[in-house]
Amino acid sequence: MSLSSSADAPALARRQRWLSVLAKAPAARLAALWDGLGSVPAYALLRRPETGLVMVKGRLSGSGAPFCAGEMTATRAAVRLESGEVGIGYVGGRSACHAEIAAAIDALGQRSDWRDRLEAQIVAPLEAEADARRRAIAARAAATKVDFFTVAREANS
Amino acid sequence: MSNGHMTDLRTLAPGLADPAHDAQQLFRAVLDATSRPGRIVSLPAAPAGPGTPSAAATAYLLTLADRDTPVWLADAFDRPEVRDFLRFHAGAPIVTKRAEAVFAVLASATPQPFEGFNLGSDAYPDRSATLIVEVPDLRGGPTRQWHGPGIDGRAAVAVAGLAEDFWQDWAANHTLFPCGVDIVFTARTELCALPRSVAVEV
Amino acid sequence: MYVAVKGGETAIAHSLDLLADKRRGDRAIAELSLEQIDQQLGLAVDRVMTEGSCYDRSLAALAIKQARGDLIEAIFLLRAYRTTLPRFGDSLPLDTSAMVAERRISSTFKDVPGGQVLGPTYDYTHRLLDFSLAAAGDRPAAPTAPADTNRSLPRVGDILEREGMLEPPPRDGASEDLTRRPLTLPASRPVRLQNLARGDEGFLLALGYSTQRGYGNNHPFVGEIRYGHVPVGFVPEELGFAIEIAEIDVTECDMVNQFAGSHDVPPQFTRGYGLAFGHSERKAMSMALVDRALRAEELSESATSPAQDEEFVLAHSDNVEASGFVQHLKLPHYVDFQSELVVVRALRAEVEARRRQAVLDQAAE
Repeated sequence: MSLSSSADAPALARRQRWLSVLAKAPAARLAALWDGLGSVPAYALLRRPETGLVMVKGRLSGSGAPFCAGEMTATRAAVRLESGEVGIGYVGGRSACHAEIAAAIDALGQRSDWRDRLEAQIVAPLEAEADARRRAIAARAAATKVDFFTVAREANS
Repeated sequence: MSNGHMTDLRTLAPGLADPAHDAQQLFRAVLDATSRPGRIVSLPAAPAGPGTPSAAATAYLLTLADRDTPVWLADAFDRPEVRDFLRFHAGAPIVTKRAEAVFAVLASATPQPFEGFNLGSDAYPDRSATLIVEVPDLRGGPTRQWHGPGIDGRAAVAVAGLAEDFWQDWAANHTLFPCGVDIVFTARTELCALPRSVAVEV
Repeated sequence: MYVAVKGGETAIAHSLDLLADKRRGDRAIAELSLEQIDQQLGLAVDRVMTEGSCYDRSLAALAIKQARGDLIEAIFLLRAYRTTLPRFGDSLPLDTSAMVAERRISSTFKDVPGGQVLGPTYDYTHRLLDFSLAAAGDRPAAPTAPADTNRSLPRVGDILEREGMLEPPPRDGASEDLTRRPLTLPASRPVRLQNLARGDEGFLLALGYSTQRGYGNNHPFVGEIRYGHVPVGFVPEELGFAIEIAEIDVTECDMVNQFAGSHDVPPQFTRGYGLAFGHSERKAMSMALVDRALRAEELSESATSPAQDEEFVLAHSDNVEASGFVQHLKLPHYVDFQSELVVVRALRAEVEARRRQAVLDQAAE
């Protein structure tokens, strides 16, 4: 279930990265960056934004057989540019706008005349912001790191 | 649900224009048809779909099929554009074994139309298949008398294009009640339902 | 059994109006926003998402507001809502070792790689009411320390497992889904875990507690608890490759239990597992204790306690079902009760007649 030719591999990896960054971005922030692009090529909705559920799987003890942990809401959309490129958006949550913008960016990203601009103005900034959020969480957690002293040390330490 | 095939979305036919509302209207129409066997119901919101099968069969599947209802396609309809359409718009997996199907799309000339489909069990008669049988016309064929739940007395129904022994097979299916398959006949933008509870005089 | 009754439409409509009025409370007090519930009652949101079995913070906040803080009612609302949505598919299994952890502790190993991170916990609070919270005020931001975000956090269980001291979890098995196929017994371990993940925290807490008090003692240690953010991978059918669709918060508990061994298995540590949405530590721990207790038969232990009884636990864990069945007793049972009244009156008359006869017989002797 993958694109056949190996020449497609970098293109596929880029789409995979973009779609993940777009989905994990806050919907309002993505919308603001998208609006900041100004006019963009028209597209038709191949699939109107639709909200549904994804069953989240866990694994026994974190590493064993999968099991159904519970569902999450997700929204998807598909668009087709007049030039033919089809973009797909799948995002967690219920924001129709979030899914549609992700799909539109996915479609435009397949066009060489748009790719670099979208990378510079949308994907790279979102990625940097996600990284900053992750670092902020880790830094606050790190301040609560402890070293417990036991009176009798364990045999092997 | 891997299929080793990427859907070609550049050429995909559109689904329902307004999925939530169209599906509600279609569901109402399908419900009317099923609760009043023999009545011909017209589906105005049916999209053209991928060409074959008919708009009515396409609309029926868009209304009821989803990823939990595997669809089996007879040879006449087992084409890439039909499979892609159903996978994308309904999310339904396409299966090649009749026994795995919840819905099946058959042509009026498909041989052994009842053979091998799931009949349900006494404990779960609902786990049976529904056969969508594409016919040239819902009117103008040989007239048969239908009777059973949902029909006030008798209904004269004249589905065209069915094979000679179709109604013998139906009689055998009817005797399996509460098990057995259900049928929906489709032509263009119209459909007519034949639930397993209905007896048809041969 | 209850019998349908007619009438009361106006009373019902007015009752709904009164409920809405009570929900709003004193109009002079500012109305709660969903964002306030999400941000300031976050653990209630976590519980509703976990037992409602639907990860969506704003939906859970809405359910809590609508239910006036009755979390079991909110869980019911969320469960009802999810039935209206189509299923897009299954995610890839979460990789909790890729978690951006806010908390990670082990009570079996002091020096775990990656360290013990307390995170936000009530464990070290004094449980004294903090009256300063009664007034609004600026709260200082939490302190920070340098952190390495590129390192993944190895699971404690995986480390012990490599030494052969800890049983590895079963790796394969088709994962069934309770929302698609109803529960049948005996249930596989994945199905049991799905049932427990949706199960009522109070019920599982009590059962977990009962195992510690000797009703199916399995001598547990917290191998590890971690809470934080994990990406959710998903393969859209029309794309054919995996993407991440969101980052969600989960709590994971790997409980380690002493096990003397059986004729097939050498002495080693066995495990119970818990996974819950949000920061739901008590739930994840209780789930892990009950998961382990339910493995009694598999591990050739005598199953004599409630927590080890699969049918008892799995059939009664769901608070939506339990609440529905208990609360249906409020529906009119007038006809039922009338028929019982007739029976009891007849029985009493019979007993009374027999007593009188006995008195007469005695007098006659």
